[in-house]
Amino acid sequence: MTRPRLDAARQQALSVSLATGAYGLSFGALSVAAGLDVWQTCALSLLVFSGGSQFAFIGVIGAGGSPFSAVATSTFLGLRNGFYGVGLAPVLRPMRGWRRSAAAQVTIDESTAVALAQPAEDRAARRAGFWWTGVGVFVAWNAITLLGALLGSRIGDPADWGLDAAAAAAFLALVWPRLAHRRAQAVAAASCVLALALTPLVPAGLPVLAAAAVAIVAGWGHPRPEEVPE
Amino acid sequence: MSAYAWMWVAIVAAGVLSWATKLAGHSVPEAWLENPRVHRIAAFVTVALLSALVGVQTFATGRTLVVDARLAAVAVAAVLLWRRAPFIVVVAVAAGVAAGLRALGWG
Repeated sequence: MTRPRLDAARQQALSVSLATGAYGLSFGALSVAAGLDVWQTCALSLLVFSGGSQFAFIGVIGAGGSPFSAVATSTFLGLRNGFYGVGLAPVLRPMRGWRRSAAAQVTIDESTAVALAQPAEDRAARRAGFWWTGVGVFVAWNAITLLGALLGSRIGDPADWGLDAAAAAAFLALVWPRLAHRRAQAVAAASCVLALALTPLVPAGLPVLAAAAVAIVAGWGHPRPEEVPE
Repeated sequence: MSAYAWMWVAIVAAGVLSWATKLAGHSVPEAWLENPRVHRIAAFVTVALLSALVGVQTFATGRTLVVDARLAAVAVAAVLLWRRAPFIVVVAVAAGVAAGLRALGWG
């Protein structure tokens, strides 16, 4: 029973790592185009390790903004990663010291989504999903960032390969198993609508973060236990 | 300090703040999480954030909403998920649909 589920988690981890890693190519190239050198570009991928935050950082620099506003924008876009740590508590805890530090570094959209897409009762599969995806994306993202920075503008647009649509489809597939009950479906739909409604009005990052308000409303009342996506 | 050195300061600061944000979530006291309300909200938060992400990744280009090849790809992905297709098939077909439509000059 356990083995096939672990394999599913690892399969998902591998495909997500490759698809996400491929985006490192465009990050590396855009970062160099924005005026950072190869070392700085690689340092961003190693240290910040959160795609949205990194693209925002180089976006601010490329537009002539100050390094301080780049830090502020990047940090703001990364706030949702803090929520992920809370959502992953039942999967990963107890954790201390180095293990917790390492888990924090690889807590991103992808590792959270693959972990929680595994069956709730199979904690081993959820942990495997988190660590395999987290480490897999970390390795692929950093290696391919370097490649993108070295190749620079000679690479094409990942959108030509449909990778932007693949990312959206992957997140849909990963959240899908958690939408078994009507309440979770309503949360998903409301979050999506709220984020899209806010997109033209507020800075990037805030629309997704604002969806946390939908979760607070949904969890505040007294839903039946089976309605809560574990 | 040179502009180059300040850039390094900014990169390290962004890295430390990113890591601290992530660590904060993993360090929320156990006692808080035992509160059933906090527990329920934490369970819904991941569904909410990831669903919002799907919406933004499907429709947003910067701060404008556009309907393009991504929507067709995600719609095909949804049908495949409903038909219980394997994960890798869903992702690969979505990429193929978007790439194919763009190669034809649509979206």
